[in-house]
Amino acid sequence: MDILYKIFIDPFVQMGTAPDLLVQTLWEGLVGGMLYALIALGFVLIFKASGVFNFAQGIMVVFAALTLVGLHAAGMPAFVALALTIVVMLGLAYAVERVVLKPLVNQPDIILFMATFGLTYFLIGFGELIFGGDPKIMITEELYLPKGAITIKALGGIIGLQKLDIAAAIIATVMVAALSIFFSKTRIGRALRAVADSHKAALSVGISLEQIWVIVWFAAGLVALVTGIMWGARSDVSFALDVIALKALPVLILGGFTSVPGAIVGGLIIGVGEKLAEFYWGPLIGGGTDSWFAFVIALVFLLYWPHGLFGEKIIERI
Amino acid sequence: MFYREAGQFKTDYASDQAVFPILQDRIGIVVIVLAAYSLVLAQNDFLLNAMMIPFLIFTLAAIGLNLLTGYTGLLSLGTGAFMGVGAYSCYKLTTIFPGVNIIIWIIVSGFFAAFIGVIFGLPSLRIKGFYLAVATLAAQFFLEWCFIRIPWLYNYNVSAAIEVPQRELFGVIVTGPRATAETRYLIVLTIVVVMTWMASNIVHGRIGRMWMAVRDMDIAAELMGIRLLPTKLLAFAVSSFYCGVAGAMLVFLWYGGAESTVFSINQSFFVLFMIIIGGLGSLLGSYLGAALIFMLPIVLRFVPPKFGIPVHAATVEHITFMTVGALIVFFLIVEPHGLARLWQIAKQKLRVWPFPY
Repeated sequence: MDILYKIFIDPFVQMGTAPDLLVQTLWEGLVGGMLYALIALGFVLIFKASGVFNFAQGIMVVFAALTLVGLHAAGMPAFVALALTIVVMLGLAYAVERVVLKPLVNQPDIILFMATFGLTYFLIGFGELIFGGDPKIMITEELYLPKGAITIKALGGIIGLQKLDIAAAIIATVMVAALSIFFSKTRIGRALRAVADSHKAALSVGISLEQIWVIVWFAAGLVALVTGIMWGARSDVSFALDVIALKALPVLILGGFTSVPGAIVGGLIIGVGEKLAEFYWGPLIGGGTDSWFAFVIALVFLLYWPHGLFGEKIIERI
Repeated sequence: MFYREAGQFKTDYASDQAVFPILQDRIGIVVIVLAAYSLVLAQNDFLLNAMMIPFLIFTLAAIGLNLLTGYTGLLSLGTGAFMGVGAYSCYKLTTIFPGVNIIIWIIVSGFFAAFIGVIFGLPSLRIKGFYLAVATLAAQFFLEWCFIRIPWLYNYNVSAAIEVPQRELFGVIVTGPRATAETRYLIVLTIVVVMTWMASNIVHGRIGRMWMAVRDMDIAAELMGIRLLPTKLLAFAVSSFYCGVAGAMLVFLWYGGAESTVFSINQSFFVLFMIIIGGLGSLLGSYLGAALIFMLPIVLRFVPPKFGIPVHAATVEHITFMTVGALIVFFLIVEPHGLARLWQIAKQKLRVWPFPY
């Protein structure tokens, strides 16, 4: 009985008696979830446009952040380094299209997936070879990102909001809005959606697949750069982050591989879910649950919605 | 010139369906196995301990994953965790029943891994492709967490690591720090050879054909009367059994002690790369892939200094990552079926040499 009380009643009593802690936990969950959502967004962009499940997205985040910090450490002003990093991500998109995607056109999806594994390992080795494997500190001040915290006295306690997190939320919202306008209003955006619908039909009306692929990989690279800055500001920049980047996978599963709103909603659900679970239920089973909780949520969801909450239903034919 | 099948007539079905239909292949296999056993005579600890033992153990894990991913088409990223289940259950079994032969516990621990594998394989009926890969990641992270957070698994050691106790077999020390490399090598080699032979029989028989039908198209296989759930679960069970035995051998016959980090997600990727580079759906490919991926870091570490190029250990690691990544992309582009296919092509060329047309 005691254990049942601890699992089913006690956490809710705690939530009721200390609402300020609950709000604080929810806020942290939302911020963490937003970062997962941003990584997932990069996945979705590439998956929609080319059908490639890009395992390397997490590493692209770290690689972009490392390039930015590395260029700054080499003596460049912050904004020059930022511009150069964008150029590097464009170059990466070109290289990936030339070297990896183009020779593998028309191969089964699983082969392309494996190829992005190869890309992941290549980028890890390449990044560490050039910038070194030790953790680095993100140049938040030089990029005029705010720091410090706002404390709000409410609900019988103090709620602390990092200014950086608020800035991150604003930037992420602006970026998602910009991307959706880009997709729906511009010529290239329409071409992208055409490619996502059907490669063959898009080719037949004269859309260049190669160009589209470079553009999506570049867009995913930009998303990766923004994510990398936000993430690097919260912790150090190092390749140890790649395991955390795997967290974007359950987010994708929740949201479905093809849905941008799905990626965002999924990210927020996972972020809030794992923070709440760790804070209220984690101590019961020894803590550290956030390493697997997201995956188990995703697994449970998958049993009921095998294509995610917002994903397209796949009809299989013989 | 010597690799000809001319004159070798097949007079019954058994010889037509043999795994090695050509006499030279059969001789070659016998020679390779004998050569592998005779490596013990070399008295070279480095060769046995740093190269052959881990190579064989990883081969076994790669065969396990290949049965699941290559033959049944179910992508799994939980190999490391299933190896861990084997290692931890072997450790618990041998501490609870110290009197029983350690080899028996190594094999039995495979059944524990198979059981866990079946549990995490259950969603595979509803979930397919990439979604299943992520579902197996749940197994990986959850089991890894268990290895850290359940102290009972490592007997409440302060170091949170498992230490392999000394065990004897017919008066010879086989595990623990005092066991010689030769003894451990012989045990590993025997287990791997026997289990490869078993895997070969499984995949050439009825079960293997069912797996391959499911891999090629599961709906069509179901229409032909193959029951999907038992078939997929059997693949998970057999695959995890192999991985579990490999994990138990990894700790008991190679490392001599391990923490949970040994069975991390990177181990899963490592084994996955072996089967991609070696060849999906090929037992020979598991051997070739394990050899390439495992030997590559060793070669990179030892060859450049021989030519007078000093290389830092960290640099070697980075270059290894880069090379492995580039090799994966290269092999997928050149030959998506891996080293095993290259070997087949070479054999075919040899058969018709010197008149290819």
